[in-house]
Amino acid sequence: MALTIASRELDGVTVLDLSGRITLGEGSVQLREAIRDLISKGLKNILLNLGDVNYIDSSGLGELVGAYTTAKNQGAALKLLNLTRKVKDVLQLTKLYTVFDIYDDEASAIASFK
Amino acid sequence: MPFPVEAETKPLIDSKPGKRSFSLPSTMESVSEIEAAAEKLAEEAGVDEEERFRITMAVREAAVNAVLHGNDYDPAKQVTASFENNGKSLVFTIADQGKGVDWEHLPDPLAPENLLRGTGRGIFLIRSFMDEVHFRQLEPGTELTLIKHLTPAQQTT
Repeated sequence: MALTIASRELDGVTVLDLSGRITLGEGSVQLREAIRDLISKGLKNILLNLGDVNYIDSSGLGELVGAYTTAKNQGAALKLLNLTRKVKDVLQLTKLYTVFDIYDDEASAIASFK
Repeated sequence: MPFPVEAETKPLIDSKPGKRSFSLPSTMESVSEIEAAAEKLAEEAGVDEEERFRITMAVREAAVNAVLHGNDYDPAKQVTASFENNGKSLVFTIADQGKGVDWEHLPDPLAPENLLRGTGRGIFLIRSFMDEVHFRQLEPGTELTLIKHLTPAQQTT
C-alpha cells in the first residue's frame, strides 16, 4: 500500500494530494522527499491534502512534523487539509493538532496563504 | 501457516490452544505480517473496525520498535511475536534481541520541548491504544506485552 502523491497548483499554492498510508516503509520517506523537492524549488505555500490518508503511524507523524519544521525554517508555510477522522484522532492524541493549521475545505485553505 | 518460518525454527513455539507464536527476521515485511496477524485476531474476536484500527496500530508500533530500535534491522536478530485470545483479552507479545530500552525513563512526547521531535511517539501511542502494556527485560532484548480487554459480548469464557 504505497503512498501516492499528486501535485497541483492553485492560486500560488502547491497542493499535494496524498493517497494511502503514511508509515515507516510505506510512504513516510516519499512524503519527506516530496516536501524537500518543493522547498528546494523555492515554493513557499504548501497544502497537504490528507483526505485519502486513513493511516499514519508514529514515523509518519514524525515526517509530518519534520515537513512542518523544514518548511518553517525555509520561510515556507505548510498546512493540512481534509483530515480523516483516524488521522485527526492521532494528531489530537499526540497534541500535534495544535501545531498545524488545519482546514476542512480547500477554498478556505488556499485563501489562508495570502 | 501463512507466515514464513526458518527451517530451523519451530513454527509453533507455544502449543497452547488459541495462541500462535512465531519468530521472524528483522524486516519491514515482518512488521507487515505482524500487523496483519493482529488485525486478523481482532477481527476473529469480533472487535469493531475502530478498535481494530487502534489495536493494529499499537501492535505495528511495537513491531517497528522491535525491528528498528531493538534489532537495528540486523538480519541475524529475530523478532518473536505471539498472539492470543484467552477469552477475556487479546494478548500480543513482541520481543526483540537488542540492547534493551529504559522504559521507565522515556521522554514525554507531549512535553513542549519534545512536541516537534521527529521520533518518540511509538510507545505513547501503544499506551494510548491498549488497556495494559508491560515491558520485560530479556537477556538480551526486550519483550512488550500489549493487552486489549474484550467487551462482555466478545468474551468467550
